[in-house]
Amino acid sequence: MDQELFERVRKVIVEQLDVREEEVTPDATFTDDLGADSLDLVELVMAFEQEFDVSISEEEAEQVRTVADAVRLLAEKLQAEV
Amino acid sequence: MRRRVVVTGMGLITPLGIGIEPFWQGLLQGRRVIGPITHFDASNLATRIAAEVKEFDPTQFMERKDARRAARFIQFAVAATRLALDDAHLTITPDNAEQIGVLIGSGIGGVDYMDSQMRVLIEQGPDRITPFLAPMMIADMASGIVSITFGAKGPNLCVVTACSTGADALGQAARLIQRGEAEVMIAGGSEAAIVPIGVAAFCAARAMSTRNDDPEHASRPFDAERDGFVMGEGAGVLILESLEHAQARGARIYAELLGYGMSADAYHITQPDPEGDGALRCMRNAIRDAGLQPTDIHYINAHGTSTRYNDAKETLAIKRLFGEYAYQLPVSSTKSVTGHLLGAAGAVEAAATILAIQHQTLPPTINYEYPDPECDLDYVPNEPRPARVRYAMTNSFGFGGHNTALVFGAFEE
Repeated sequence: MDQELFERVRKVIVEQLDVREEEVTPDATFTDDLGADSLDLVELVMAFEQEFDVSISEEEAEQVRTVADAVRLLAEKLQAEV
Repeated sequence: MRRRVVVTGMGLITPLGIGIEPFWQGLLQGRRVIGPITHFDASNLATRIAAEVKEFDPTQFMERKDARRAARFIQFAVAATRLALDDAHLTITPDNAEQIGVLIGSGIGGVDYMDSQMRVLIEQGPDRITPFLAPMMIADMASGIVSITFGAKGPNLCVVTACSTGADALGQAARLIQRGEAEVMIAGGSEAAIVPIGVAAFCAARAMSTRNDDPEHASRPFDAERDGFVMGEGAGVLILESLEHAQARGARIYAELLGYGMSADAYHITQPDPEGDGALRCMRNAIRDAGLQPTDIHYINAHGTSTRYNDAKETLAIKRLFGEYAYQLPVSSTKSVTGHLLGAAGAVEAAATILAIQHQTLPPTINYEYPDPECDLDYVPNEPRPARVRYAMTNSFGFGGHNTALVFGAFEE
């Protein structure tokens, strides 16, 4: 996993979900481990879009369950843009 | 014999501070809390002054994440509820939860969210609107989030009657208790509209004072030089309880809510009836509901907004209802100190009325300097006054022609 990307993703998650940095591990799930509800997830995806200047579809967002999923998706998005 | 309803707790978030003590002392001292608007750059508005709640930290009352997503009127409502429940020494448990309801109104709702998200809509497009806009802009959400935060599972609703909202919330909550639908109601009003669109809207309606160079004297109800209201913000939440429930748990009783009267002007969207007809009828209805005569009332906490129309027509209505007794009846407007808290005003002023009964002291109308021939009653000018107050009434009138009066009495077995 791209450590630099992970750190940026973690920063967004910490800010959006009001969780501690150490809680945001690659395996952590957004709903169970990080306490996000459905509205939090919508806002989190919007925050990713804004931070990384990418567009994430609803179908893509639905596949994201863990922090690692989010990092992987964003890595693909950023790769595709190069 | 209908069930009696008593007040056992009060929570106040006002421009005078957090809680009852700064509120009551501020009213008695006539503290000047109206000043230039600091919540946003108001330099292009006709009115650039307000009574803002300063030094309010919502995270003292709710989880940081919940506070961050909540509209300001909801933060105020949760904070005021926590203070009121503590004051009443009432804990919500699985055993009593279904007997405890919530009715916290707001005149406008989450207009701070609407204001900021409208900008996002225009500047960044609909895909950037936060998913919290819908739940946070709706006025019923104060009641919703209070029930979620504290676990109150009884009746849960909201009334919206503009500047009568807080008083109607208390009146309707009392009715629910009288009808046996709840033993306890967490009731009142909350408002936070000091945002560009909120202030601009009332500016456009020509309802607000433009005394920008002298904000401390801008809210001057019943004074000849008054030129409009000054917007305030905050929340008032009272714990209303059936007498049996309060006594069974040994609760301290502030006062009894004896009467609730409503009426409509059926006249104009913003102006009061020229003869004060609606105001007169709501007062008469409230006094009748309390089983009293007009001469039993010892004090009126007036709506007293400091607008030309309201103060003259409210005075006229009082004179028509009370006759000669009107000249012996002290009437004061605490909006002279707090500004106009819109949908929270009725609840905050109910608290002022109850405190007047508790302390046997009348809070003054400050900034009273120049008599207006149309306003010739005893407005308790500038200084608090010790007085015998057994029964007191508080008036609230709202755009749309809603009129509401509540009568409180010292508790007697």
